[in-house]
Amino acid sequence: MNSLAVENLQCIRGERTLFESLSFSVNSGQLLYVQGDNGSGKTTLLRTLCGLSQAHAGNILWNSENTKTLAEDFTGQVLYIGHLAGVKEDLTPVENLQFAATLAGSAVSRAQAVVALTQVNIARCADLPTRVLSQGQKRRVVLARLWLQKNPLWILDEPFTALDAEAISALTAHIEAFVKNGGMVVFTSHQEPAFDAKIMQRLRLA
Amino acid sequence: MHINDMPANSIQKISAFTLLIRVFQRDIRLAWRRRSDIASVFFFFIIAASLFPLGLGADPKLLHAIAPSVLWVCALLACMLSLPRIFAADYADGTLEQLIIANQPTLLIVLMKTLAHWVLSGLPLVLIAPLIGLQFDLNVNELKVLALSLLIGTPTLSLIGSIGAALTLGVRGGGVLIALLILPLYIPTLVFGAGAVNAVATGMSASGGLSLLGAMLALALVFAPLAATLALKISLD
Repeated sequence: MNSLAVENLQCIRGERTLFESLSFSVNSGQLLYVQGDNGSGKTTLLRTLCGLSQAHAGNILWNSENTKTLAEDFTGQVLYIGHLAGVKEDLTPVENLQFAATLAGSAVSRAQAVVALTQVNIARCADLPTRVLSQGQKRRVVLARLWLQKNPLWILDEPFTALDAEAISALTAHIEAFVKNGGMVVFTSHQEPAFDAKIMQRLRLA
Repeated sequence: MHINDMPANSIQKISAFTLLIRVFQRDIRLAWRRRSDIASVFFFFIIAASLFPLGLGADPKLLHAIAPSVLWVCALLACMLSLPRIFAADYADGTLEQLIIANQPTLLIVLMKTLAHWVLSGLPLVLIAPLIGLQFDLNVNELKVLALSLLIGTPTLSLIGSIGAALTLGVRGGGVLIALLILPLYIPTLVFGAGAVNAVATGMSASGGLSLLGAMLALALVFAPLAATLALKISLD
């Protein structure tokens, strides 16, 4: 059972305060849906949670321990998917997935990577350089990590963009299954996602 | 599907050492898939160093006298040209974010990437420099010291350079800025590196210059990855 708690978080970008006195907590088995208009600080909040951006004030606690003290012991638990793909164009999807898993501290075989690619319907591109794939296919390579890695906390920035309806419902079902089995997810989305309301909390950034 | 039924359930943990080796291997593999990038720096060094014998004419004494400085300056510029490669591509495609939030300290990952940079851009210069040195009428002893001084000196250049590469991420005109930031910091390495070869050429011992190069390498090994890591976190914030 893991918990992520945010206490009085304040983030400032340039001269502008994006949010202040922000507090919330998420536990295993829960989703946190971060909502807000463009420029309201959703991405900044997500990046701050995984330690890529520094908060101006406030604490982020993982199982009651400060994430700054935990450093890589915390970030190693996080699977972050942001706006940038985070895949190398010169590597194949399989190589990209294997390296992503390596960074999370686990070894993944080729077969396991191919199974994950099958889940997102791009197994036939497994050994092509990622640069020849279409935008949508690249996005699927990125999301295939969700079928492969075991990180207990997923931080997903707009996971549903550039996906067709079928892929969106598959991803929704996958995220929901992960959460119901003890995972924790913080995500943003511009479309209202079809998650079970019982497991989903909302956080609105003004 | 239950989380434990996922193909992930048989995933094995890897040690910190394996993770770091994989980071190194990845950079080498990526560079190999873009071989022309490595080759261009390598040929820059060969061409730039070869311009001097061609431009100055066939005066063996003059060439011999300027050889250590010319070869060291060319190696330094070649190394600097390749600096953006350490982080810039990873920054642009988002893999740098993933590296920063990896399971191991960023410091060690930065060190691995810098090591890969040296293997790809510094080591080839060490290997080819004695051959270029022949154009300058250097004798076997001088060539040995030249190669040795570059072997100890170029890792320092990569280490110091990683700070500049990290600081200039996402900055417009970053290439020129790296030069302005880093070239002054390269001066001590240049002075002692070229100095060691000059010492042998004038019949003195090279050990003083080489020891100082070694000391600088030790110092850079401790402090440069630390500074580069901080710079990366600032650049990504």
